[in-house]
Amino acid sequence: MATATRSQWIRRISGHDAVIFYILISVIVISMVSVNYFASTLTVGFLLIQVVPVLLIAMPMALVIISGEIDLSVASTAGLTSAVMGVLWRDSGLDIGTVMALSLLIGVLCGAFNGFLITTLGLPSLAVTIGTLALYRGLALVVIGDQKVASFPKELTSFVLSKIGNTGIPVIMIFVLVVIAFFAVLLHFTPFGRGLYALGYSPQAATFVGVRVGHAKFWLFVATGVVSSMVGVFLTLRLASAGPDNGTGLELTVIAAVLLGGVSIFGGKGNILGVVGGVLLIGTLTYALRLAKVPETALIIVTGGLLVLSVVAPSLIAWGRERIRLRRVHQNFQRQGASGANSA
Amino acid sequence: MKLFSTSGRGRRVGTFAAVATVVALAATGCATTGNGGGGEAGGDGTSTIAFLPKQLNNPYTDVVLGGGEDGAKEIGYDSQVLGPLEASASAQIPFIEQATQEGTNVIVIAANDPDAVGPALQTAREAGAKIVAFDSDTNPDYRDIFISQVVAKDVALIQLEIISEQIGGSGDIAILSATATATNQNEWIKFMEEELESNPDYADIHLVAKVYGDDDADKSFQETQGLLSSYPDLAGIISPTTVGIAAAAKYISTSDYKGKVALTGLGLPNEMREFVKDGTVQEFALWDPAQLGYVAAFAGKALVDGTITGAEGDTFDAGEMGEITVGANGVAIVGPPTRFNAENIDDYDF
Repeated sequence: MATATRSQWIRRISGHDAVIFYILISVIVISMVSVNYFASTLTVGFLLIQVVPVLLIAMPMALVIISGEIDLSVASTAGLTSAVMGVLWRDSGLDIGTVMALSLLIGVLCGAFNGFLITTLGLPSLAVTIGTLALYRGLALVVIGDQKVASFPKELTSFVLSKIGNTGIPVIMIFVLVVIAFFAVLLHFTPFGRGLYALGYSPQAATFVGVRVGHAKFWLFVATGVVSSMVGVFLTLRLASAGPDNGTGLELTVIAAVLLGGVSIFGGKGNILGVVGGVLLIGTLTYALRLAKVPETALIIVTGGLLVLSVVAPSLIAWGRERIRLRRVHQNFQRQGASGANSA
Repeated sequence: MKLFSTSGRGRRVGTFAAVATVVALAATGCATTGNGGGGEAGGDGTSTIAFLPKQLNNPYTDVVLGGGEDGAKEIGYDSQVLGPLEASASAQIPFIEQATQEGTNVIVIAANDPDAVGPALQTAREAGAKIVAFDSDTNPDYRDIFISQVVAKDVALIQLEIISEQIGGSGDIAILSATATATNQNEWIKFMEEELESNPDYADIHLVAKVYGDDDADKSFQETQGLLSSYPDLAGIISPTTVGIAAAAKYISTSDYKGKVALTGLGLPNEMREFVKDGTVQEFALWDPAQLGYVAAFAGKALVDGTITGAEGDTFDAGEMGEITVGANGVAIVGPPTRFNAENIDDYDF
């Protein structure tokens, strides 16, 4: 840190993730001034607890997308976990701790199955996880049917919803921070993490420099599975209700947030700080716009538009700059040609 | 490849554009608040009522909400409609939290899941809101009163009666429901199954399949198609959901099954009119959903005023609907279902 040069600092405070935080802060400030009820500790509590599932899954998802793959089955894995957890709790007679631990195994299995199909059979992750998106949700319905299990210990629900003192910050955020820290260290401070960037740029090149491509991808999918299961458990306790439809639609919010956070959909680019910023930005913006009575349909357009912008803008600008550069080269060329003619 | 490579400066311009957009959007939000704020300032001290349907943009819901807004106007409350675009278990929670944050006096909710909304409603009650469930109940622990259009059993039985009449009392039938977790649909289906087993009049009627169209027109359409091809001997379909019955009618009316397979359930007269007139559907049932929202608004006021607590035997004034008595478990009933057929369908507009 101490050795960072001036230009490195400039890059740090003007990079994509920094800018995401500037936007986030502007959204928060504007909302505090202009949106009724926004400036309160209630906002902190409700908002953070709403983003917990997205924030958690966004961590391994960022790594998956950086490595050039995608996992669309995360929300279904959460739903399946919730269903299994409900059935175990209702029928097995095990204590809740064991039930929760067993439920996390579902994530390992779901992730390993995805990983197996993608690495061993070499299938594209997009196709595989579209399939398992439906498969896991279907299994959830088979496991629990049209029943719901709601008899979970009340203390657990109140624990999940409890706040740290008067700050409004949910206690569960401590756990979320641990998960964030884990994936940040994994991505930025380990050879495995650096290998993922290489993998995202080019799997062939990554293989040549010694990245065990299949191995890396397999464990990434196990990681998304496990974290999705954690979210399944979290949702079940938070809602005090286990059902097959828990977490529906979560995968798209997660991917949107990850991309907004500066992870390139083409792989090879992005960092954890930006992703955290992206998740908080989408979460805060949605929250503030709802409080400001923007209709739900318009809200979808806003978040969708933002996403398209975050994906398209860099490409469009690069294209525009290339056009300008070419024109300048062309003009220079002509001017040179003209002066050459004069001098002759 | 060139198209996607970006320099640092290009990215900064991109993010600047994003900032500009956000600021513009926030400003729009700001303007909306400005208007809302003006309204609130005018009606200082006015009580507020928030309606949370299962999902927005559903024609049935729109009619219920229309009634609710009329009711809110009559009791002099400011009303607002909050809700998700998809009917999933947890999707309603952010909206409950929003209503809580705004200090809404009454939350009127149709629950997608009786328990999932519980903790959020608990927080809302602690903040002083009265909870009225309508259309689809929550766990009774989490609400003050449930406004039910009709007795659930009557709704279930009238659909069985109609299908039995249309298929001549014998044959295979199937159910096309909404989501597999919808509280009210599942309750009706349970009553239908019990009645089919216990009532000797229905001894020759067999329920062979239950399918779920998720209240999505396309999915319901396909599920109908699937039902009819997997069960060629199917005599009738019951669809206890307005989206489902309309989609099923649409499929049957264009297929060879028209006039051969009976279809009934719960439908909206405006959506079903053409299918009743072309003979696809003979008769279906429903209540006037507007009454549901209307009564819910009056129940909310009675709770806020403290004239009722939701206990059995409490009575409250419900405007045009007269006086309504709260029954066991805090359930108040609005009225019996209506049968719609070629003779009376033109009398209704919803």
